[in-house]
Amino acid sequence: MSGSTEQNASRRTQAESILTEAAHTARSQEVTDTSGAVLRTDKCTIRFGGLIAVNSLDMAVREGEIYGLIGPNGAGKTTVFNLLTGVYEPTEGEIYFQGKRIDSLRPHQIARRGVSRTFQNIRLFPGMTVLENVLTACHIHSRQSLADAVFRTPRFERDEREQREFCLELLKIFGLERFQNEGGTSLPYGNQRRLEIVRALATRPKLLLLDEPAAGMNPAEQEDLIELIRLVRDRFGLTILLVEHNMKVVMGICERIQVLDYGKPIALGLPEEIRNNPKVIEAYLGD
Amino acid sequence: MKFLKRLLVAVVIGLVLYALNLAMSKEGLFGIGVPLYQVDLWKLAGINVILAVSLNLINGFTGQFSIGHVGFMAVGAYSSTFMTVYYTQGLEQSLAGAVGAGVAAAIVFLLVIIVGAIAAAIAGLIVGIPTLRLRGDYLAIATLGFAEIIRIVIVNTNRIGAATGFRGAVDPWPGRVTIPAYTNFLWIGIFDVVTIVIIYNIVNSDTGRALISIREDELAAQAMGVNTTRYKVTAFVISAALAGVAGALYGHWRLPHPADFTFVRSFEIIIMIVLGGMGSITGAVLGALVITFLPELLRQLPGEVYNYRLVIYAALLILIMITRPQGMLGGREIGFNWLKRAQRRPEGDTAVGADKGVPIAERDAPTADHAKEVENR
Repeated sequence: MSGSTEQNASRRTQAESILTEAAHTARSQEVTDTSGAVLRTDKCTIRFGGLIAVNSLDMAVREGEIYGLIGPNGAGKTTVFNLLTGVYEPTEGEIYFQGKRIDSLRPHQIARRGVSRTFQNIRLFPGMTVLENVLTACHIHSRQSLADAVFRTPRFERDEREQREFCLELLKIFGLERFQNEGGTSLPYGNQRRLEIVRALATRPKLLLLDEPAAGMNPAEQEDLIELIRLVRDRFGLTILLVEHNMKVVMGICERIQVLDYGKPIALGLPEEIRNNPKVIEAYLGD
Repeated sequence: MKFLKRLLVAVVIGLVLYALNLAMSKEGLFGIGVPLYQVDLWKLAGINVILAVSLNLINGFTGQFSIGHVGFMAVGAYSSTFMTVYYTQGLEQSLAGAVGAGVAAAIVFLLVIIVGAIAAAIAGLIVGIPTLRLRGDYLAIATLGFAEIIRIVIVNTNRIGAATGFRGAVDPWPGRVTIPAYTNFLWIGIFDVVTIVIIYNIVNSDTGRALISIREDELAAQAMGVNTTRYKVTAFVISAALAGVAGALYGHWRLPHPADFTFVRSFEIIIMIVLGGMGSITGAVLGALVITFLPELLRQLPGEVYNYRLVIYAALLILIMITRPQGMLGGREIGFNWLKRAQRRPEGDTAVGADKGVPIAERDAPTADHAKEVENR
């Protein structure tokens, strides 16, 4: 009697484990599935002399998700951003955006395709006001020609008015419209970060790359930022790729996370998987 | 309405310039005559204004350091005078029969000014495409080299007078012997206004924002979709064309000579915009006027001190740069808007940095909804 019960129990646990394993593989397949990716890199590598900054990176960001790229200092996260935005050209490998290769395009061409970014060390235009910063980013969608500008044609006036309205609307969404005539770099730090995101949005991107958006923020500002990033994704239907150091922010918003160490991808998965992944813990804490 | 307003402003400016021109001519205006020495100074100042304001588009607004501006002026001066000496005489004569000598001369002059502008613009394009990949000091040296090449080519071309300067047709060419003295203060004044309007309209447009973004942060500008190379070349070409206009005006007044187009002249133009304030149109105008008149005013110094006027001139420039390193206007503009803004300032200040810590979820309806949704999860 007691033996058969034990057998039953063990059978159940076996079945359970088989089931959970199947579920797990299905899910991990789903996690690593690359079909339907809006941004995809294929064995992307870049060398600076003898240093391999990014080594054979495979990445697939799906439409509409918030994808996190994390890793210890010097892991090559920002280099990945620079590869994706055309600042660097990969030594080997390919980058596809919406199914088209973009790895040999120049930065402004990639911006025209619908990839926009912010910078780790804020790069607002210092001599410009908040509104001008955002207006400058409307450049891609401007319909005025140089001749229109010189002769101040009706088309110029209309285009300027439309762009201004668009920018003010964007600034309003992010609560910055009352600062419109302030110098962009004279804003408090948190608002500068926010303004940089607004500026990136003014290019009307499909994919937004955020390079350490929480750097230098206090916990309250970080909470704000998490809300902001979600808002941006939901309201504008964007895909967001985010490089971040701050685990609270990363775990708080990312739907999938990829981990880089010494330029090599070492893990990819859902936030809770990454949190418990021994390889990731080792990379962060050392042996 | 807007068009009529602009037309009215143009007519008023035209009449003022016409009156000034009359006062500066031999006949004078209502018995008021300006001494010839001062007339020449005003003409030179006017040409300097065109040069400074146009160079400001590259050096001030786009943030690229060019010291080859005089090269474009030389191209404009020689190409336009070449046309009037060798090709336009017949045209002017046949036009004179139909519309009168004065109008015919004006039409021909306008044509050759455009020729000078186009020639300089092409030179700007040829120089710009390869050199604008360079940055900072390297670009400066490349543009300096270009201007010297132009000068050396002129010195070695006999048809345009070579090292002795271009006065007229070189034998054996039948036709006009000397360069006609078309330029008067009216022409210079009109092109001052045209230059200022063109540069102002470009700077305050999408193109202008693209140019300024290159100056402020080239990497960020690229990330925002600005084709930085193309815009740098555009700025270079526009600036060169306007320098070509200045050259054409100069050539039909002073007769071009290679010694007028050395790099010293380029530096003079740079001093004008640095002194006036890089990235300010009114600053460039002010700088051009100061650099033209200051050395001449110092000639009024009495006795022994007169001998030291150039030392005093240099010392004054140093003094201005020490007290105002950003230039006299430092990137700001003086104008009606500036006056208006100065009046409005007090109330604007109170809004600055009032608060910042309001969580974004509380500011906007869709955000607030989203915040609830997050809580419910």
